Amino acid sequence: MPGVYVFAETSDGAPKPVALELLTKARSLGTTTAIALGPGASQAADALAEHGAKKVYVHEDAAFRDVLASPAVDLLAKQIDKDQPDLVLFGMTYDGRDVAARLSARLGTALIANAIDISKRDGGWAVTTPMFGGSLLVTTVSTAKAPTLVLLRPKAVTAQPADDAPAPQVETLSDPVDSSKPVARVLRREKEKASGPKLEDAAVIVSGGRGLGAPENFKMVDELAAELGAAVGASRAVVDAGWKPYAFQIGQTGKTVKPTVYIALGISGAMQHTVGMKGARTIIAINKDPEAPIFKLADLGVVGDVHKIVPQLIQEVRSRKGK
Amino acid sequence: MNVLVCVKQIPDPNAPGKLDPQTKRLVREGVDLVLDPGDEHGVEAGLQVVEKDGGEVTIISMGPPKALEAIRRALAMGAHRGILITDPGLENSDAISTARAIAAAIKGQTYELIICGTESTDGSSGAVPAQLAELLGLPLLSFAKRLEIGDGKAVIDRQTDDGYDVVEAPLPAVVTVTGGINEARYPALRGIMQAKNKEVKQVGLKDLGLEGQAGRAALTQEVIEAAPAEARKAGEVIDDKGEGAKRVAEFLKELKVI
Repeated sequence: MPGVYVFAETSDGAPKPVALELLTKARSLGTTTAIALGPGASQAADALAEHGAKKVYVHEDAAFRDVLASPAVDLLAKQIDKDQPDLVLFGMTYDGRDVAARLSARLGTALIANAIDISKRDGGWAVTTPMFGGSLLVTTVSTAKAPTLVLLRPKAVTAQPADDAPAPQVETLSDPVDSSKPVARVLRREKEKASGPKLEDAAVIVSGGRGLGAPENFKMVDELAAELGAAVGASRAVVDAGWKPYAFQIGQTGKTVKPTVYIALGISGAMQHTVGMKGARTIIAINKDPEAPIFKLADLGVVGDVHKIVPQLIQEVRSRKGK
Repeated sequence: MNVLVCVKQIPDPNAPGKLDPQTKRLVREGVDLVLDPGDEHGVEAGLQVVEKDGGEVTIISMGPPKALEAIRRALAMGAHRGILITDPGLENSDAISTARAIAAAIKGQTYELIICGTESTDGSSGAVPAQLAELLGLPLLSFAKRLEIGDGKAVIDRQTDDGYDVVEAPLPAVVTVTGGINEARYPALRGIMQAKNKEVKQVGLKDLGLEGQAGRAALTQEVIEAAPAEARKAGEVIDDKGEGAKRVAEFLKELKVI
């Protein structure tokens, strides 16, 4: 069995959802070892084992939480040298990307980003990545020495506990963290997410784009979402313009979401956006441009003025809820 | 303070992209090529740093000879000079080769800061900046939506899933910027005229001492298949003649959202 490493990101002692998704994929590919770093990491070991990690390395040094990438790269390089895994999986997250890319330069191995699937092929790994907003699927293989490093997009895989989950075999590492190198250090953390359901978990999402015309018009989006008990999302154009904080952004550089219903208001459907939402079961779009690419994805599209239709829609929803 | 800004020329992101079915490479012929819009924010960030603290902005790009046009655009915005890494042997390079070539090209330059976009708009793997930082032994401040330089340090607001982290690193450092960091300036006519006379050095694999270590000779991966994804089929599209909202509400009822 090939050896598969999973860089399992945790937060306050709980695995991040993407860590469990990675393990779900990893256990179908080989013997899985999870690496969980930072204060509280050992508390995540049970959940990691439940999702298929045969072995869990933990290291609880605060540097793994407070210093970007470098300490994790040092430790991974050392463990990889010891265990010689064939494949290392990372989530395509802020930290996962920095760590994987630095590690690939350190080791001189292949790094394949943006993956949505991995399979065994001819003794190696075939990695599927979407191109052009997901209209094309490309298969890439490594031609470099092992291990192959792969960044898997969040939500590409549905996390499921393993049927035959072993008791976790936890190994606590205590290698001193190198403090001689210049590093990027976190001074403080700020949260700016509004109330309401989380985008990642929401069954219904109402999302607004540049077609709303002005930041104050985004209130319509918030209001419709509140009526429907939905989460609020935004396109990159809107976030770049400062109408909404980045935490709301859906798309290539934002979040990938898979709600039951996605309502796109004044969103044209640039590839950068659709790659993050085309997994929605049902898509509803309202946009004034009949040529907007969003209508090629929508189950129901309305060509018209969002400023007129959305307030009407809020009224319609209210009156139907009243019945 | 001298700043290096890495930029990439890409096919116009507003035009639909194509892959050559034979070579499985991006079709560049007959497509408008532009400076990656994400990189304009990197150029702008670099210009703002030197406008405050003095120094020069050097633009670095790798690509075919035509990529010179992308560098000229950055020079027209106000950058001081450029380096174009171009060599037939570097065609179809992967990220690590690109990082190696840039690292080699800036050897001997004096700089305190290297700025890159978070990721290219066409490839969007976002690997090169971190690889470059690793090769140079520098800290990486990634996903910056705010950048402040002072006291020999760079401080950024780094985007996170639910807000941002304030992160600090000593200089020299590599910083990647998001589109939210600034509004990139348009080149003025005067800038466009001046850009024509600014120095752009061209270097190849041999100049960089990278023969056999970058580009085609050192590929780490290969695309073996490209197939259209199963397309979502478009549904019903209606023109709003006053009934649009009602139709959406009915549909939401059918879907049991209401």
